[in-house]
Amino acid sequence: MTLAGKTALVTGASRGIGKEIALELARNGANIVVNYAGNTQLAEQVADEIRSIGRESIAIQADVANSEAVEQMVKETVNMFGTLDILVNNAGITRDQLLMRMKESDWDDVLNTNLKSVFLTTKAVSRQMMKQRKGRIINISSIVGVSGNAGQANYVAAKAGIIGLTKTAAKELAPRNITVNAVAPGFITTDMTDKLPEDVKQELYKQIPLARLGEPKDIAYVVAFLASEKSSYITGQTIHVNGGMYM
Amino acid sequence: MSNVLERVTKIIVDRLGVDESKVTPEATFKEDLGADSLDVVELVMELEDEFGLQFSDEDSEKIVTVGDAVSYIESKL
Repeated sequence: MTLAGKTALVTGASRGIGKEIALELARNGANIVVNYAGNTQLAEQVADEIRSIGRESIAIQADVANSEAVEQMVKETVNMFGTLDILVNNAGITRDQLLMRMKESDWDDVLNTNLKSVFLTTKAVSRQMMKQRKGRIINISSIVGVSGNAGQANYVAAKAGIIGLTKTAAKELAPRNITVNAVAPGFITTDMTDKLPEDVKQELYKQIPLARLGEPKDIAYVVAFLASEKSSYITGQTIHVNGGMYM
Repeated sequence: MSNVLERVTKIIVDRLGVDESKVTPEATFKEDLGADSLDVVELVMELEDEFGLQFSDEDSEKIVTVGDAVSYIESKL
């Protein structure tokens, strides 16, 4: 069990990729804080599932774009578990629209929830991780952050921003043995991609050398590796998990 | 309870591994005591814990010498 006794905080962990990451880290031995924005029932179900495999877990509702809420959540985590070893920044929203039609509020909401949140959580956990002289921060970016995508100017900007922030945090925190990496999923089966019309999906498959969508577990396995001791010489990197769609 | 300078000095000596004689009020953290930026951030964190204070980011930036830290702490106690 590579993560036995570690504490992991996963943002946006009530469903989709975040849920699978939380479960996979738990299967590897970590105790999990399930952060969520709104759906208490789903978040509690994830925490229950983690407890059922013998780990400790709590669900904490917090708006990751709000600095006070983030600091409070990190404080609660450390109070409860005594350590904070792994942070996974997964929380994200979409407000897709062509640039010409995108509202300023669509831009702000997505940048705040998807990018500012990574800055806030990283800042808040750094203190604890610096004291521990050890830490793992894993940020979920996206293939579109490097390729661009029509209709997602806000989302793409945030996901590209995460890559730059990852590299900078990696440089700043490396002297304290804290690694910071990003994982860039391609198209993964979640609520977010279920919304895509069937003809769009068929077109997508043609662009993916492995000719299928990824599963949340494909992302979770990579995150679990980056959270483990085995990845100790990897920092500032973006690992692409996309079936070959972008190389 | 020992005075603020003594407590601050002890933390600096422990954290930076410098000789106590070097830790004077005029000594700068970076040039004289050899601290890098992260060391300074960590020192501030330890001082916060020691004195039960919260240094604002703006105030932390102004702390250059040992004396700056001591007078800042004294002003907050």
